[in-house]
Amino acid sequence: MGEFEVHRVRFFGLVPAGVRCLACQPRGARLALARTDGAVEIYNCSANYFQEKVIPGHEARSVEALCWAAGERLFGAGLSGDITEYDLAGLRVARSLPGSGGPIWSMAANSSGTRLAVGCEDGSVKLFQVIPGGIQFERNLDRRKGRILCLSWHPSGTHIAAGSIDIFRVLDVSSGQTVQRVMVNYQVQKVKRECVVWSIAFLSSGTVVTCDSFGRVQFWDWERGTLLESHTVSTSSVLSLAVSEKEDSIIVGTSTGATYQFQLLPVKMGSLEKRWVRTKPFQHHTHDVRAVAHSSTALISGGLDAQLVIRPLMEKVQKKSYDAALRKFTFPHRRLVSCARKARLLLFQFSQHLELWRLGSTDETGEDGEVLPLRRLPEHLVQLKSKGPEHIYCSCVSPCGSWVAYSTASRFHLYRVQHKGDSVSIKKVPKVPKLLLPAYQLQFSADSSSLFVASARGSVHVLQLLEPGGCKHLHTHRPPSESPEAVYLLAVSADGHWLAAAGGDWTIHVYNLKCSKHHCTVPTYSCAVTALAIHPLTNNLVIAYSDQQLFEFSIPEKQYTAWSRTVQSCGLHTVWLERDSPITHITFNPKNPSHILLHDTYMFCVLDKSLPLPDNSALLMNQSTLKQLPETARQRQLHAFKICKKFQPLLFADLLDEKCLVMVERPIMDIKTQLPLPVQQKKFGT
Amino acid sequence: MAALCESFTLGGLGPSGGVGLGSGLLALEPGPDPDHVLLTDRGRTATLFKVSDQKPLGCWSVKHGQILTCPVVCNFETREYIAVHDDKVLRIWKNKDINLDKVFKATLSADVYRIHSLPNGGPVVLFKGGGVRTLDVLLEAPQQEIENIISDEVIKWSEAFMEGQQPVLIFATEKDEDFFVYVQKVKMNSLHKYKLEQQEPSKPLHFTAYIKNKIITLLCLYSNDSVYKVLIPLQQNTGEEEQILSKSLLLNLSVSGTVLKGTSFVVLDKDHVAVLGSLATSGEESKECLTIWNTKFQTLQTSKELPLGTSGQLWCYEEKFFFTHGKVLTVIMYKCETSSLAAAVGKLKDNQTPDVSSFIDWNTLGDEELVVSFQSQQSVALKSESRMTLRSKRNTAAKVQPDSLSVGQLLLNLKDASTTVFEDELRQLLSKAQMPDLQATIGCVLTALINRCKTNPKYYPRNFLLQIVQTRDLSYSLCPDLMAVALEKKDVHLLQVCLQRFPDIPEEITYACLKLFLSISEAYLQRIDVNLESVVCYIDVELNNKEVKTEIVENGFNAELEQDIWDTQITKETHRAPDGEFCPVGPQKAALLNAVLHSAYSETFLLPHLKNLPAQQAILFLRYLYYLYVKCSEKINTTLPGTRSPTINQIMDWMCLLIDAQFTVMVMLPEAKDLLSNLHKFVRAQVRFYSELNKIEGSLRELQRLNHQKDSQTYSIEVLELI
Repeated sequence: MGEFEVHRVRFFGLVPAGVRCLACQPRGARLALARTDGAVEIYNCSANYFQEKVIPGHEARSVEALCWAAGERLFGAGLSGDITEYDLAGLRVARSLPGSGGPIWSMAANSSGTRLAVGCEDGSVKLFQVIPGGIQFERNLDRRKGRILCLSWHPSGTHIAAGSIDIFRVLDVSSGQTVQRVMVNYQVQKVKRECVVWSIAFLSSGTVVTCDSFGRVQFWDWERGTLLESHTVSTSSVLSLAVSEKEDSIIVGTSTGATYQFQLLPVKMGSLEKRWVRTKPFQHHTHDVRAVAHSSTALISGGLDAQLVIRPLMEKVQKKSYDAALRKFTFPHRRLVSCARKARLLLFQFSQHLELWRLGSTDETGEDGEVLPLRRLPEHLVQLKSKGPEHIYCSCVSPCGSWVAYSTASRFHLYRVQHKGDSVSIKKVPKVPKLLLPAYQLQFSADSSSLFVASARGSVHVLQLLEPGGCKHLHTHRPPSESPEAVYLLAVSADGHWLAAAGGDWTIHVYNLKCSKHHCTVPTYSCAVTALAIHPLTNNLVIAYSDQQLFEFSIPEKQYTAWSRTVQSCGLHTVWLERDSPITHITFNPKNPSHILLHDTYMFCVLDKSLPLPDNSALLMNQSTLKQLPETARQRQLHAFKICKKFQPLLFADLLDEKCLVMVERPIMDIKTQLPLPVQQKKFGT
Repeated sequence: MAALCESFTLGGLGPSGGVGLGSGLLALEPGPDPDHVLLTDRGRTATLFKVSDQKPLGCWSVKHGQILTCPVVCNFETREYIAVHDDKVLRIWKNKDINLDKVFKATLSADVYRIHSLPNGGPVVLFKGGGVRTLDVLLEAPQQEIENIISDEVIKWSEAFMEGQQPVLIFATEKDEDFFVYVQKVKMNSLHKYKLEQQEPSKPLHFTAYIKNKIITLLCLYSNDSVYKVLIPLQQNTGEEEQILSKSLLLNLSVSGTVLKGTSFVVLDKDHVAVLGSLATSGEESKECLTIWNTKFQTLQTSKELPLGTSGQLWCYEEKFFFTHGKVLTVIMYKCETSSLAAAVGKLKDNQTPDVSSFIDWNTLGDEELVVSFQSQQSVALKSESRMTLRSKRNTAAKVQPDSLSVGQLLLNLKDASTTVFEDELRQLLSKAQMPDLQATIGCVLTALINRCKTNPKYYPRNFLLQIVQTRDLSYSLCPDLMAVALEKKDVHLLQVCLQRFPDIPEEITYACLKLFLSISEAYLQRIDVNLESVVCYIDVELNNKEVKTEIVENGFNAELEQDIWDTQITKETHRAPDGEFCPVGPQKAALLNAVLHSAYSETFLLPHLKNLPAQQAILFLRYLYYLYVKCSEKINTTLPGTRSPTINQIMDWMCLLIDAQFTVMVMLPEAKDLLSNLHKFVRAQVRFYSELNKIEGSLRELQRLNHQKDSQTYSIEVLELI
């Protein structure tokens, strides 16, 4: 097919923030995750764990606890002392209420989701009522000395167990009194260390499960205040604990990166007497496992090494399928890199700043696998720091490289980049039009004359860029039927005629830009859209979904193309469908109209529509096989998917010109070196 | 594996040379120097070639009308050339002579078959009538009468060797489809005639022979495309009767249906023969080729086609094959490595390991041997009294054809024979290649020997036993009493060889050997021949000898007193230097102990015996093990130099075993204290050292892993090809 000159970029110094807490939606398919930088992410368990929503963090808004209440409402609380409700449709903070008890360490909702209990630095447990449009303070429960590090409601909602330092308490919700106080360190009193109860769970049987900094998981009878069972799982702290809905399985996370499963099993086969038994140890993390969650089918853990690990419980999985695979997510499922093709610039988005780089170049050519000598090294042109505590939502550089735009929760910034020889100067465009913020995606038109801003409520703003440095609001596209969901993906056709926008409700609207009106809606599909692009010549919209399906939709004809129908009838190769990470970017080669270039975290693929689709018996990743075959024998082996797995983990890939690609990698090792040292562990033989 | 290398042409052939049987050369003989060959054609001419230069150095012809009837050979001692033309006329000349008419000439009284020139024995002349003379004897009186030995038999082939200091000539004759083999020791004028076992309908086509361990191995290429092996012992005593030589199949020249019709062959080494012949596949035209076969694995190792045809003759000197190919004399070099199954399957590790003992066919053993041992035990009482009277019977017993008797019967007959006769007969028995139950036969022979030793305490055939054990693949179970007798006789050399060779020595015997070796005095050992190959590389033999010498220096003092002082001093010295500077035992004892260390054992069975080891011996043994351990640790690869030296694992295993067995003794014994504490210190230091190495290894591995990720640069432009 051909050779590419690949710019292999590894200087994007992204360090994803560690996972602080996890919350599974009760009886729902969503998983909420909060990172140490305050960002909140929503994963859809029923759609291949696609990261469908991201609410970027905020310097002052750390999240120590997350909980779902009243169905689909998500609340967070943190050391700022505020209780925050998130707007999951608008991807921002909906409202915030001070807890007035100092920093909040813990929060828990009762089983019906009508009340929130909050554990504060001052030792108080406060009850809030969840009411439509917010929460309302209800009462303070008995206050004792010592911060409340963890909380758990009894499923009946009558009692709350609260863990503190050296003790845990059980509070009666109706009277507000402490009805039991248990010292957890009495066996080890000679040790002058304090014993921190990091996490607690109140089972319906009246058993309280605690995990503490001595590495123990303990089971207590709360009424008698006696220890039922004690399991020492680690020499260092056990930090997190989660119980399955049926209360027959517990997952705990430790500061050594190991997680353990406990199961309530009969002592003997058929016996009624059951005991908690430590069954499965896992070592997926290198650092503290600060958060664990127990969904109905999987053990979920998140660590300070920024990894989210989902380990399905094989006994709960009906058939061996994609769901049965262990998966690890380290990188976001969205694009943090944008590329100015013509100017050969890359824009990297960090949580609070942007970096603009110019790629190097070479004069040489070579054979497959060869590393070419550089004529010019890559150059770091500009670092743009975002002012204020808010983290960046999205950013973009224009194809010509002379405009850079980014948005935070409350502000939109547009910059004019001027290239004078090798030097670069940057000027902020004053007086940007007031828009409905935040923007979730920014996209420049191919001729860099306009900027499209994806916004809340399904709207897309069109801004006209003016020389030498100004902009004007032209139009706002809105979907024909009102939607609360924000638009998070945009695609513009090369001729500037069409705009496609995908929102949180997974519908894709196509707008005609020439006459500024809604053109059509792509038939809805039962999965989240992960990437979107419009072919420059045919104006076909190529869509990748989180279940790894690919569709091609002809915008002029308002229907799926024949090729797309063929793909659907033949089905994609199972190896393709079982991939781990979603397609995050699609692009095209104008010189080869039949080619679609796409990538996920672990592969780069050129999809050649002119070639036959592989059936399941064929080898999907056949590049290395093909390279060994003689020219004549290759023809019979060729199929549409040309996959390259050389570049990993791949954060971004794009075509610079016909024969030139850019690949942005972020080696895991580079991230590991940025993390603090893990807890020292003795390994056998070292 | 054997392989044929490049070939080159040595020279063209005259009109008489060429393709087909009966043409070609008369012979090719080695020249006066290495890399030289003498070529005699079937006419008048002999030519000397330097092989590597591919050029003739000299050429001599007899007159027209005369014809060379015997290959020209070189007398290596005088560097003269000897030829015979017209059957009777002997010519001797030197390099500088040009015209053969003018050189020394002697006319003999009988027709010469061949002259064999031996490197140290001078030329030997074989006459067509079977008479043999050395050249010196012949030249004294050229017209002397030559006896006719073989009457109307025709000599087909002859060969000569040096055995010790005397030349031995072997030749084969044919008469009426019967083949006979004569072995003549020229100087002793002893002649043996053997009849070759018949094999209808095929007959021998070509012979070759070599001598090893006083046994001539004759290989015959038969017309049924097989090579047979015949063993002929060089007998001391002269038996008049004609013996029949039995033969055993060595090699079948066929590979998956293709049969090689051999015409001539040579032996390359103990496992390889080269055969020249034509390869005939059924239904195809046969093609001539040169092949190398492995006799051990019965495989064709390599072959080369010779499309232009040959004369069917093949010679081999100095790792080169010589044969005619078309109209030229061609030379092919070859390589022939020792073959083992391991090499054949690519698992060869150490070619120094001794050959694995071959399996014994238990079915063929058994009865006969049992009978022999049983009967000999029964007759013990009878024997001593009837000995004198029975002596007269011995000749009749010995005269019985051994072939017709089973081994058991033979041994029964022999059990009262005199020692020399007995040994001779046994030697003869062993030289017979009765392949199928050779092992059983050896077992019987050994049992017979040992039984004789047991009944007659003065009788102990030290060398004969050693020879049997060294040359045959034996095992302990084949003759359990052998080692017991050797222990009794303190034959440490035999015990050493047994320990090295037997795979199945019981732990009890191993322990008995160990105890004997430890208890035996160094002075006694000094006089005894022990195989020192396992120790010479790491024990300074000289130093030890010097020590011993200083011991016996006498300078007018009371030698005994002096010696006592020295003794105590030396023992003190060895106590003081326990970190392995001096070997606590002499090299002979060390070699013996190494044999014990090398033997196979099972801890469970050895441990109870080891507990019985006297304390002093245990300490000495531990000291020696400690010495070995320190020696091993000096080398980075923790192996001792030399062949059959103990491995670090063997040393450690024995050390653990010994300490386990002698734990209480070691605790109690005051002199063990120092040794143990030193040993402990050394082991501790080693453990620390290795744990440090462990750390380095961990770090290095991590570095290696990082290197593999080759993500050192943050930016590169690479070429990617997608197909």
